[in-house]
Amino acid sequence: MLNIQGIDVYYGAIHALKNLSLDVEQGSIVTLIGANGAGKTTTLKTISGLLRSKSGAITFKNHDITRLAPEKIVALGISQVPEGRRVFSTMSVLENLETGAYLRRDKKAIASDMEEVFTRFPRLLERKKQLAGTLSGGEQQMLAIGRALMARPELMLMDEPSMGLAPLLVKEIFEIIKEINSRGTTILLVEQNAHMALSIAHQAYVIETGEIVLSGSAKELMNSEAVKKAYLGG
Amino acid sequence: MVEFMQQMVNGLSLGAIYALIALGYTMVYGIILLINFAHGDIMMVGAYVGFFSITMLGSNVFVALLFAMLACAALGVLIEKIAYRPLRNSTRIAALITAIGASLFLEYVTIFFLTPEQRVFPAEAFPMHQYQIMGLYISNKDIFIIVLAVVLMVLLQYIVKRTRAGKAMRAVSLDQEAAVLMGISVDKTISFTFALGSALAAAAGVLIGIYYGTINPLMGIIPGLKAFVAAVLGGIGIIPGAMVGGFLMGILETMVSGYGSSMYRDAVAFGVLILILLIKPTGIFGRNESEKV
Ligand SMILES: Nc1ncnc2c1ncn2[C@@H]1O[C@H](COP(=O)(O)OP(=O)(O)OP(=O)(O)O)[C@@H](O)[C@H]1O
Ligand SMILES: [Mg+2]
Repeated sequence: MLNIQGIDVYYGAIHALKNLSLDVEQGSIVTLIGANGAGKTTTLKTISGLLRSKSGAITFKNHDITRLAPEKIVALGISQVPEGRRVFSTMSVLENLETGAYLRRDKKAIASDMEEVFTRFPRLLERKKQLAGTLSGGEQQMLAIGRALMARPELMLMDEPSMGLAPLLVKEIFEIIKEINSRGTTILLVEQNAHMALSIAHQAYVIETGEIVLSGSAKELMNSEAVKKAYLGG
Repeated sequence: MVEFMQQMVNGLSLGAIYALIALGYTMVYGIILLINFAHGDIMMVGAYVGFFSITMLGSNVFVALLFAMLACAALGVLIEKIAYRPLRNSTRIAALITAIGASLFLEYVTIFFLTPEQRVFPAEAFPMHQYQIMGLYISNKDIFIIVLAVVLMVLLQYIVKRTRAGKAMRAVSLDQEAAVLMGISVDKTISFTFALGSALAAAAGVLIGIYYGTINPLMGIIPGLKAFVAAVLGGIGIIPGAMVGGFLMGILETMVSGYGSSMYRDAVAFGVLILILLIKPTGIFGRNESEKV
């Protein structure tokens, strides 16, 4: 579904992604794990068109999206739940969700998707009129996920959804990711929480200083000595 | 008391005009963090478009307002595209200097084509009636200016709060990158913001023509600066702040001319600016964290 072929991304002189390749199969959960500053966010931003690759190609459902404008990429079916949630703080929960459906015109389907988001996240329904900036961290994460779902994405990019959340909430978020996937949305999940990510993913990639150093099925990586040592704390 | 109320009425109509101009400053600042110094001059162009549609096309005030607003919406979009967009990623000082350049450009191109002389805004376009109510003199001009400004502000509030484009505007001003991830086009949203702000300025230009009776190519400078002070007073980037700030500046100015001397009224406006910057730079509505629109 998504194919990244040898991309190189720079911040000025910093070579942040080095000849990076990655594949996401339709219907799967793929995780990209790595330490701070490895280039995970950079990878997702490049897929979404916020950053540009100097070489290589990114294709999505047979469209070359390497140089496509970000709004066109969203329109093709790729949504992102960005690192740090980035909800619109002085807009209400409802308005945040409406903004997620910005490119859609099918009012009825939008309304039914909104219902669905509220069924999945009853806490958001109770806080429909509340400003997003006043929500708790966990609620903001749910809103950020709900907002991305409102675009009806085929591929959802998630950047460290567990960041800064209490363990119980982390479990809940991962359950939600699994459920979203089981309803047909393909997921590319970036995580530092390697253990949780590997436990729900099908495929996995390990990134270190801008390069993919390991890849395989999540099971394989879970049992790999190198991964255990570096990312699973033993 | 009657004297005070009379100054209030005058202050409200002047303040309504300042508020309309201040809105454009604040919206543009809210979205691209630029003080658009050409904004007062866009108002001036609006006054001229209104003037010529009345004198040459014989249109009534409402049609003149409509033409002025449409023309300036287009002008605002064009200025942003030509002058500001190429500098979107440069330093803020570069954009600020460009804004001053755009301001001078509009002023002197107008002088070149239309001469620096002032023109008398046709009085017959808006025949004046004065009413005496409980000792107060209220003219139909005052009523027209205040009502029109309030209608436009309500309309703006509706656009910003309820429409898709308005929500996009708020989203971009809050978090540009997150807005892009929703599929919002930043360029289009910025153009839309300039169009709205410039249309309001154009309306203010026509209203100034009606209020003062004359227009000239440099008429945008002082009201522009005062409206800028109004926007800062209310809290730059905050829409209701610009409205309140505009009315406060108008009232303050008429009070100073009424009770003190009209010689001081411009000085007072800038005294206010210095005071806000010293006491509360975020303005009346500003919170301490930087929040916009
Ligand atoms: N705007 C920027 N300007 C310059 N360098 C940057 C910028 N953003 C990221 N970098 C650098 O690029 C590298 C990759 O950063 P990136 O944010 O992709 O890491 P990450 O894997 O997402 O890390 P984290 O887990 O901390 O979020 C880092 O070395 C970082 O310092
Ligand atoms: Mg990151």
